[in-house]
Amino acid sequence: MKFETPEGANPIDRMNVVGRAHVRIDGPLKTTGTAPYAYEHHREIANAAYGYVVGAAIGKGRISAIDLTKAKAAPGVVAIVTADTAGKLGKGNFNTVKLLGGPDIDHYHQAIAIVVAETFEQARAAAALIRVDYARAEGRFDLDEALKTAALTGGDSDDGKPAVDRVGQFDQAFAAAPVKLDAHYSTPDQSHAMMEPFASIASWRGDELTVWTSNQMIDWGRGDLAKTLGMPKNKVRLVSPYIGGGFGGKLFLRSDAVLAALGARAAGRPVKLALQRPLIANNTTHRPATRQHIRIGATKDGIITAIAHDSGSGDQPGGGPETAVNQTKKLYAGANRMTSMHLAEIDLPEGNAMRAPGEAPGLMALEIAMDEMAEKLGMDPIAFRIKNDTQVDPEKPGRKYSERQLVRCLEDGAKRFGWSQRNAKPAQVRGGRWLIGMGVATAFRDHMNMTSAARVRLGKGGIVTVETDMTDIGTGSYTIIAQTAAEMMGVPVNAVVVKLGDSDFPVSAGSGGQFGAANATAGVYAACVKLREAVAQRLGFNSADTMFEGGKVRSGNRSADLAQAADAGELVAEDKIEYGKLDKTYQLSTFGAHFVEVGVDAYTGVIRVRRMLAVCAAGRILNPQTARSQVIGAMTMGVGGALMEELTVDTRFGFFVNHDLVGYEVPVHADIPHQEVVFLDEADDKANPMKAKGIGELGLCGVGAAVANAVYNATGVRIRDYPITLDKHLEHLPALV
Amino acid sequence: MLAGGAATAVVATSHASARTGDRPAADPAPVKVSFKVNGERHDLTLDTRTTLLDALREHLHLTGTKKGCDHGQCGACTVLVDGVRINSCLSLAVMHEGDDVTTIEGLGTPEKLHPLQAAFVKHDGYQCGYCTPGQICSAVGVLDEIKRGVPSHVQADIAVSPAFSNLELRERMSGNICRCGAYSNIAEAIAEVAGEKA
Amino acid sequence: MKAFTYERAHDPVAAARAVAARPGARFIAGGTNLLDLMKIEVETPVHLVDVQDLKLDRIEPTDAGGLRIGALVTNTDLATDSRVRRDYGVLSRAIVAGASGQLRNKATTAGNLLQRTRCAYFYDTNMPCNKRKPGSGCAAIGGISRQLAVIGSSDKCIATHPSDMAVAMRVLDATVETVNAIGETRAIPIADFHRLPGDTPHIETALAPGELITAVTLPKPIGGKHVYEKVRDRASYAFALISVAAVIQPDGTGRVALGGVAHKPWRDEAAEAELPRGAKAVTAKLLAGAKPTHDNAFKLPLAERTLAAAMAEARTTA
Repeated sequence: MKFETPEGANPIDRMNVVGRAHVRIDGPLKTTGTAPYAYEHHREIANAAYGYVVGAAIGKGRISAIDLTKAKAAPGVVAIVTADTAGKLGKGNFNTVKLLGGPDIDHYHQAIAIVVAETFEQARAAAALIRVDYARAEGRFDLDEALKTAALTGGDSDDGKPAVDRVGQFDQAFAAAPVKLDAHYSTPDQSHAMMEPFASIASWRGDELTVWTSNQMIDWGRGDLAKTLGMPKNKVRLVSPYIGGGFGGKLFLRSDAVLAALGARAAGRPVKLALQRPLIANNTTHRPATRQHIRIGATKDGIITAIAHDSGSGDQPGGGPETAVNQTKKLYAGANRMTSMHLAEIDLPEGNAMRAPGEAPGLMALEIAMDEMAEKLGMDPIAFRIKNDTQVDPEKPGRKYSERQLVRCLEDGAKRFGWSQRNAKPAQVRGGRWLIGMGVATAFRDHMNMTSAARVRLGKGGIVTVETDMTDIGTGSYTIIAQTAAEMMGVPVNAVVVKLGDSDFPVSAGSGGQFGAANATAGVYAACVKLREAVAQRLGFNSADTMFEGGKVRSGNRSADLAQAADAGELVAEDKIEYGKLDKTYQLSTFGAHFVEVGVDAYTGVIRVRRMLAVCAAGRILNPQTARSQVIGAMTMGVGGALMEELTVDTRFGFFVNHDLVGYEVPVHADIPHQEVVFLDEADDKANPMKAKGIGELGLCGVGAAVANAVYNATGVRIRDYPITLDKHLEHLPALV
Repeated sequence: MLAGGAATAVVATSHASARTGDRPAADPAPVKVSFKVNGERHDLTLDTRTTLLDALREHLHLTGTKKGCDHGQCGACTVLVDGVRINSCLSLAVMHEGDDVTTIEGLGTPEKLHPLQAAFVKHDGYQCGYCTPGQICSAVGVLDEIKRGVPSHVQADIAVSPAFSNLELRERMSGNICRCGAYSNIAEAIAEVAGEKA
Repeated sequence: MKAFTYERAHDPVAAARAVAARPGARFIAGGTNLLDLMKIEVETPVHLVDVQDLKLDRIEPTDAGGLRIGALVTNTDLATDSRVRRDYGVLSRAIVAGASGQLRNKATTAGNLLQRTRCAYFYDTNMPCNKRKPGSGCAAIGGISRQLAVIGSSDKCIATHPSDMAVAMRVLDATVETVNAIGETRAIPIADFHRLPGDTPHIETALAPGELITAVTLPKPIGGKHVYEKVRDRASYAFALISVAAVIQPDGTGRVALGGVAHKPWRDEAAEAELPRGAKAVTAKLLAGAKPTHDNAFKLPLAERTLAAAMAEARTTA
């Protein structure tokens, strides 16, 4: 099915099932511990040996000698694979750095060996017996230093765009603006820190490889595993039915799958392994740090006349920038605009996508800048944002937003949150030992179209089975896909079986970039349209006017049980959603407003979030319960980013020092208050047949700045470097009485 | 100079501290241990190094108990031993002779959910599900600890018995990290079972 | 984790004997820190002597009017004990400010005192660390040191002691009781129990090899308001940037110890004499001679402000 024109009425619009809160259909399995994750497929693979990964001890250099003698002789050891013995390996299309290092070492904790043994305990002990001599080379580990000579980069597209995007005459307009802001912001490297470690079980049968793994994008992972191992893609099967969190970290093939496959080949039997937690932060990818420069010029009554945003970040050779200027191109009006990015080559571990790449760190800066600008203007920060709202893409004014309800998000949120109670003058509100402040920020994230396929079966008893390689990383894919199929086929949700995360199934959008839910369900919609035709045909109905409802199929005055259509054998339909150029004609984006109240301990400077509200407009909300969970989860991650998360870099040794969950703090229960989420009614007919867009990343976009602005409102101390920790404002807090 | 400056330095590492001495080529003999899991007695012969967590997951195939960090930093491995919640990753299996272990599988089944399991489903107290068994086992422990009068950091008066409250719950559950950020919903799920409002 | 043999001991002297008899043997109780470190081979015992059956899990009154806390009393049980909550509130508060419920259920009184530092370079076996590998250097000096010591450190080590409980024990003048392989007992004042790093940061306590902690005793209650203020970035389940254990008397005198600043709980009786003159006067003396790093210089003003908070808290609960 090709989606080329705005969608008219369709069966989803009934919203008997779609658009209604539904508990997760995988809930009983997840809450009883019976949903199998990557390392837990002992039913399929009973005799797996255990793998343990050894990571490089240096940030840059070479292995000059590696001695496996003691490790090989250790009890239980079955095989050891290093770059010397792995055979020729390729590099995946989505990987910047090779996943098995040696002799050259590209970054700290790059995998250099897998030890396979009979037991986990034996593999771990033997891994520690490998002796490695390194020749350490000088590495580039200091981002600020590297950015001094970093070149401009064209962003994440290779379409020959100029390295600096300009509209109008920024320099002149900024110089002429009566009210100006010129400020620098920084965001640190961040770790996905998902709860389930990267893990895989690999099993060879002849030249065919099956890997149970934890991966958000089955088809990418399958292709890159085949490419890395130098084998045909159709000989590789990836299975990933349950994924213990990813947040972008599991978009790509990682060392666990490659090393499990290599270990299994060398051992001649299946191998299971999980990356040990202390290895994850440096071995895998992270969200790159940014150094951002924002300039805004406005008229005295608050109309933005000039806006510029530059972001610098670093990555391994061949890598890309953190596209933190994305939102600044489109979010606010302004006749004169300039955005640019600098990319430094550095030797820290590979930077890559983490939830809302680009916008998450970009809005952390831009939305503080907007708050600062509002204050300079003597305007309410909500009024300032509303004044500079735009209904067209400011870089291409001919392009309208398909839907843009930002103003309503801000106004509705202000009312609900009690924004009128905020004292615009900072450091005025006190409750006991706490300084109290409120902050707001805009949430903004594009929606992306992705081709997505599914297969639908109508079986005995009218059971509908959906098969797609779509993944559920906690996003609720199982449930919204079941709801979609139930709506389309006119059956209850419990008459739908959803099978996900298997490369034997049709290729879906996968989970990432908040494109999963809308595109994957649109693919299921397309397949269901075909299945409906097949049902009508088998029943001898006129397919044009056939209705599917309450387990019945009706056409004119004829009616039959849906199950009847499968009496003569299972019906199978497969299709995919593909997109035309509507997303070129219209800008498809999602919007929201985040409201935060914080308390800052007047004594210690400790910051605690007291209240949070998000108001979102993101197309049709397929399941308000699971969508709300996506948003509260993102808000929680936003609190982490605002207040505590930072991979600290040792620029001498070249690594992230705090590489475990003690050193890298993420929010705990006690950090998070009750969270309110409101979805505005919206059905975006220019997005897809579901009229839905993404929500999972929108929920994160802007949260950090809303927290930062609330802290400023509480203390009067402006902090532009994340995370906002007490040491950054302690000595500027009001004096103790 | 440790690292900086020198363009080339030779670093030898065995990925471990050096003072380990020579070890025999064979591992010490495995040790017998018996304990109950979810009411059923198990007689195991284990490597002394095997944690309670790995005994459950790898030997008894009770994979509901999760390994998130293996270092006591996340709480995904929480189980109840003689009714008390602990991190099973930081406990050697051989030290549990005669103990009575309850895992997530012992609380309920998909067909017959424990009230907390049902409440987590109802309130969407999870997303990816990986920390969930630990959260639920921990919640069982928390409700019992409040009942037994175990104090917490957020009590205004440490000398009095704690009451169930939103604040108490969030503090006491803080040893269970949920990176998906379902905390707000988890609090509501537990509060419902405790008969309180979160 | 290196392979090890295992035995269960049944009386304290036998346990001490078992450890003394085997170089590289260690006691194990709760195991929450030891096992953590064994997994990454920072700790590599060849033999573990399980002490959980030693019946050292009771809290009893002493003849001097104090309490004798068995070495194996769990952190949870100690914090919950009604006598501790009534008479030694700072101890109960310090314990529940640390770790998580799960860890406190397993961690023991003796084990808590013997916790090793959380310095990230100590935990990373690729890094030089004089505490882990004497003579290898200290990567923390000149490295990432926000969490680390500001006082009492040396050019060999700037690690902190991570315990909250120990800070309260220090302010309460607790005594550590031990027994060795030949049945000799010792009573070590808590002030002398933990050592400063000096040139031998790998030697952290006054314990001799094979010496077993059997109990920690508290002198008779001293009254006053008991406060434990702990400062950390996240609200729970995190080690202290700074902590203050304080017992403040109605006349404004009292006792103060700091956590998160040194290789041991940090207390100076002379500095305490300044309490009636306010937090600034106390911390000026208590932290005189501090040598913070660029990363952790904020701990000095933070210590003062946290003590001020503790003193205000003591006043409001008076």
